[in-house]
Amino acid sequence: MLHIVVCIKQVPDSREIRIDPATNTLIRQGVPSIVNFYDLHGLEEALRIKEETGARVTVVTMGPPPAEKSLKICIGLGADEAVLVTDRGFAGADTLATSYVLAKTIEKVEQEWGKVDIVFCGKQTLDGDTGQVGPGIACRLDLEQLTYVSEVKQVNAEQRTVQVGRKLEDGIETVETRMPVLITALKELNQVRRASLPGMIRGHRYKPTVWTTADFPDLDRARIGLKGSPTIVAKTWVPEAKSVNCQWIDGEDAQAQANQLYDGLWDADLPARLGWVQGGASHG
Amino acid sequence: MAEAVQEQAYDWSEYRGVLIYVEQREGLAKPVSWQLLGQGRRLADKLDTQLFAAVIGAQVEHLAQDAVAYGADRVYICEAEELRDYRTRPYSRVMMQLIEEVKPEIVLFGATATGRDLAGAIATHLPTGLTADTTELDVEPDPSRLLLASRPAFSEKMMATILCKQYRPQMATARAGVFEALPRDNQRSGEVIRLDNRMQEEDIAAKVLDFVEDQASVNLEEAEIIVAGGRGLGGPEAFRLLGELAAAMGGEVGASRAAVDAGWIGHEHQVGQTGYTVRPKLYFAIGISGAVQHTVGMSNADCVVAINKDKDAPIFQVAHYGIVGDLFQIVPALTEEMKRRKAAGMQAMHEEGEVGA
Ligand SMILES: Cc1cc2nc3c(=O)[nH]c(=O)nc-3n(C[C@H](O)[C@H](O)[C@H](O)COP(=O)(O)OP(=O)(O)OC[C@H]3O[C@@H](n4cnc5c(N)ncnc54)[C@H](O)[C@@H]3O)c2cc1C
Ligand SMILES: Cc1cc2nc3c(=O)[nH]c(=O)nc-3n(C[C@H](O)[C@H](O)[C@H](O)COP(=O)(O)OP(=O)(O)OC[C@H]3O[C@@H](n4cnc5c(N)ncnc54)[C@H](O)[C@@H]3O)c2cc1C
Repeated sequence: MLHIVVCIKQVPDSREIRIDPATNTLIRQGVPSIVNFYDLHGLEEALRIKEETGARVTVVTMGPPPAEKSLKICIGLGADEAVLVTDRGFAGADTLATSYVLAKTIEKVEQEWGKVDIVFCGKQTLDGDTGQVGPGIACRLDLEQLTYVSEVKQVNAEQRTVQVGRKLEDGIETVETRMPVLITALKELNQVRRASLPGMIRGHRYKPTVWTTADFPDLDRARIGLKGSPTIVAKTWVPEAKSVNCQWIDGEDAQAQANQLYDGLWDADLPARLGWVQGGASHG
Repeated sequence: MAEAVQEQAYDWSEYRGVLIYVEQREGLAKPVSWQLLGQGRRLADKLDTQLFAAVIGAQVEHLAQDAVAYGADRVYICEAEELRDYRTRPYSRVMMQLIEEVKPEIVLFGATATGRDLAGAIATHLPTGLTADTTELDVEPDPSRLLLASRPAFSEKMMATILCKQYRPQMATARAGVFEALPRDNQRSGEVIRLDNRMQEEDIAAKVLDFVEDQASVNLEEAEIIVAGGRGLGGPEAFRLLGELAAAMGGEVGASRAAVDAGWIGHEHQVGQTGYTVRPKLYFAIGISGAVQHTVGMSNADCVVAINKDKDAPIFQVAHYGIVGDLFQIVPALTEEMKRRKAAGMQAMHEEGEVGA
């Protein structure tokens, strides 16, 4: 039976984050935490594979204790086991330190529940938004790497191959590779199911396995948390709300307005910059 | 405290130069590659160092010449049939070898699917820090020579400057359409160095079976002109009017989520928080109210024109030009007038040319 690990992250719903205009800082208070939605698409795909070919699905997250809530949601949707990796020492991790801990976690999951064939990650998170953790894990565990996956076309458990569609900027690429493989999920991958009532009850009662640094005897302390993170956020700022001065185009009819607008654009030299007039820049 | 002492102890003098990864498909370079060479040139000049380009693929020799014309001092090229399609393992192998030999202090990639896939693998291998999706790149001069990599955060509501002090090279991916390419200069000269491909096909598990180009694909992220429509259009038909205006101007059609959710136009046209973030030179917001989830995706446009029948619509707060009125009247007039002016412009140019000759 296949063993699938799904990496999920609990994130503040950044769409709800506001900037305090007085202090220019983020207002995080009252911002709801959600499961990063790309990760739910990864979970959904894992559950579909489970239904079709049989698989064990283990969900893992590295985060503070309240992230347990997100794991319960995943169990409610149909995951078999869930692991919370939590420790003060993990705080402040950048993507390099995060992928280190998650790779160690997946190794330990293998020891507990058997060899892992497929790892799902989301395309990126709503908060850090780098999309770097998936490739980081694949690199550390020497997995095949399939990013930006919009369709899982085939999972062949006997041949140990997977075939997927990857959605790139300019088209869709079909790639086949072997397991073990790491896949990063796009939202086009599938429609996420709703939890059933028995599922929700199971999730509610479920107690995730919790691991801390003490559970990883060979963890290199220099490679976790802030210390293990090469990138440093040196400063943050709120881009000046560009106070744009709206120039009203108030001609009496549409034709007059069109003329007035284009006169403005022509004065701003836009036609040359946009190539509406050939070689405009060199003529000017 | 201990960290501060450690920091001083690093000697990075072995690491010099700025390396740009040139992304291509079937011998066609992605525009972001030349944009990054442009920015890389500015950084290298400020550091008084060299600009390198990496070209990987099959039959891509012409791109080495292009890279020089766009600012590179030296181009490393690795050509092999195994490298025809991008695949993580063989490409990262080539880049790793190159970085270990050349020791650049900065390596930049486009923040595209491929660039992010590749950079993420390499940074972990090396290991070093990788800043994602930057929109501003600067350097501190000697002695720190630090890359100041800034990126939008929290749905574009904030900017963060990220440093990598204790590892080299410093790596970042950068958004397409943000940095300016240098004008192409075929007179520039540069060195071209060939690299060996060390991976055989049988060692590469991933096989690319096919690639279907997205015909209807809109490229909003790189568009210079976007004509976007919202719920005010009232239905799919009105997007034809917008299409005509966009065609007259040489732009792409964008949309608000309301229009996309209504099924009037595909999601690939959506601008905003859950769509694309765009930075065109000119953006038309037509029948779009200007919800913050829309404006975060377009307020970095150089020039915004809003057309709305409600003069209190918030979209006018981010607009440089505002037209209050019925889009069904205004848009066709804009299209016709644009066609007329472009024709007149050609005519004028033609005459000017004759006078000059
Ligand atoms: C404003 C800001 C900017 C940042 N910029 C950078 C930067 O440029 N470079 C950098 O290295 N770090 C950066 N970080 C730090 C980064 O956010 C953290 O390292 C974070 O732990 C993981 O990165 P991510 O959220 O970008 O994940 P992504 O790489 O976007 O996540 C991809 C997938 O990996 C999995 N995943 C990610 N985190 C976890 C987790 N904790 N547990 C389980 N699965 C997970 C999920 O499946 C997720 O969908 C930044 C943080 C902030 C707040
Ligand atoms: C989590 C989340 C994510 C979101 N992400 C996005 C996103 O990525 N992109 C996005 O756009 N939205 C997004 N939204 C939705 C956003 O909040 C707005 O609902 C949406 O942008 C409204 O679209 P609209 O301006 O087209 O429609 P409306 O707000 O209905 O505005 C229509 C406008 O058309 C004008 N109008 C009507 N008829 C005419 C006429 N004949 N001539 C001229 N003007 C006319 C009206 O005056 C009105 O101002 C998101 C919302 C949420 C909650």
